[in-house]
Amino acid sequence: MTTYYTSEHEWISVDGDVGTVGITKFAAEKLGDVVFVELPDVGKSVKKEADMAVVESVKAASDVYAPVTGEVTAANAAIVDEPAKVNEDPEGGGWFVKIKLADMGQLTGLMDKAAYEAFCASQ
Amino acid sequence: MTDVSNTPLKTTPLHGLHTRLGARMAEFGGYDMPIQYADGIMTEHNWTRSHAGLFDVSHMGPSFLSLPQLGGGDQAHRKVASIIERLVPSDIAGLAPGKVQLTVLLDANGGIIDDLMIGRPPRDDQQGMLYIVVNAGTKENDFSLIAKTAGAEAELHRADDRALIAIQGPEAEAVITGILPEAVPLTFMTFHEIKNTAFGNVIATRCGYTGEDGFEILVPAEHGEAFANRLLEDPRVKPIGLGARDSLRLEGGMCLYGHDIDISKTPVAASLSWMVSKARRERGDFPGADRILRELKEGVPSRRVGIRPLGRAPAREGTEIQNTDGETIGVVTSGGFGPTVNGPVAQGYVDTTYTKTGTPLKLIVRGRALEAEVAALPFVPAKYKR
Repeated sequence: MTTYYTSEHEWISVDGDVGTVGITKFAAEKLGDVVFVELPDVGKSVKKEADMAVVESVKAASDVYAPVTGEVTAANAAIVDEPAKVNEDPEGGGWFVKIKLADMGQLTGLMDKAAYEAFCASQ
Repeated sequence: MTDVSNTPLKTTPLHGLHTRLGARMAEFGGYDMPIQYADGIMTEHNWTRSHAGLFDVSHMGPSFLSLPQLGGGDQAHRKVASIIERLVPSDIAGLAPGKVQLTVLLDANGGIIDDLMIGRPPRDDQQGMLYIVVNAGTKENDFSLIAKTAGAEAELHRADDRALIAIQGPEAEAVITGILPEAVPLTFMTFHEIKNTAFGNVIATRCGYTGEDGFEILVPAEHGEAFANRLLEDPRVKPIGLGARDSLRLEGGMCLYGHDIDISKTPVAASLSWMVSKARRERGDFPGADRILRELKEGVPSRRVGIRPLGRAPAREGTEIQNTDGETIGVVTSGGFGPTVNGPVAQGYVDTTYTKTGTPLKLIVRGRALEAEVAALPFVPAKYKR
């Protein structure tokens, strides 16, 4: 299983042709306390770099973008019921959706962990 | 709002302290201000509701409007009050010594230029002076308007050389008892000067912007950090940023200038008619009196109300409000998540037909109509010390 990162601070952890997607620890810390999450329905098609989900803190709403094009195969109801889980474990139990990738080639444009860490350090 | 993109941000006397406390800083009202500290907005909000929060509000505009000669009792007070009453609809002449009044500066059309606090000093030898505190983002305009209105009759002294520090929450009084015991006898919306403290001559006002009991204390800038540190030494006190200040005031049903009120709103539309005092209504001698008196009698097309979204999704500023038939009837002017309410809360303007508490509304959030209803303000009961 390999994890990739976007410049919009999403991560995608790929197993076969299905990727689990969430927001990074860096993003969760920047957002502050998450109070509301809106996820796409299972079966919905999402497009790389287009809005996919919404995450709201006390102060503001932010869009979460799809790191790849594909179909949503699962949505994490646990973070809808308990949005604080996004802050507690953003890169684990606080995952957002699973996406069946339409084009595995889209992964090559994403960052690996080292590149993403360097990117965050430059922010 | 003024364009601050090319202007270096101003800083308060506590700026260094914020940095050392690890605050996340951002621009507000032209100042580089702490939005939150390490604990985050939710924890800071809840701390203020259960203990005591310290807020740096030095970006606001404290000032004094003074006659050339102070003293002279009621007559001097009425004289200086008559000057500021040219700009506000409240009965400043009728303020008791030591009382503070929340009111609004009005333009000739009755539109709200700013909201502000005006206090009458308790001491005889200071009659003829008013303590005035305006908002940060509007203070340059407010101060020039007040100074121009006063002309040669009175002089406006800006208190830019001070720090203004708020301590808010159920434990604020206990904290202050050990540091500035002379402030403790104050009741809600009263103030007095306390001379020769360890932090110089200070002005303590029992007021705030959270719905909690608390104080706002004006101290000389050079003592600002020492005073803040003295408060922070108490384990009941934590520093609170502007993020939690906003969620606290929103739950408290208070207006944020530039959002819930602005020049396009009259006090009647803003549900602030209580600021237009009886004596002033009778005399009709305030800016925009024709329009405001007519609105008081005949009503306004839309009015500010509290709004409670029934789901979990917050409705932010600018959200369209519809009736149950899908017709547009208003707009949200501030909205977010209320940690004490444990749900979303908002304020907005709706057509007057829909202002009754419990009226069902639809909020259009990301293309979907979310259920909401008109709610009584405040969302969280005020705990002032009367």
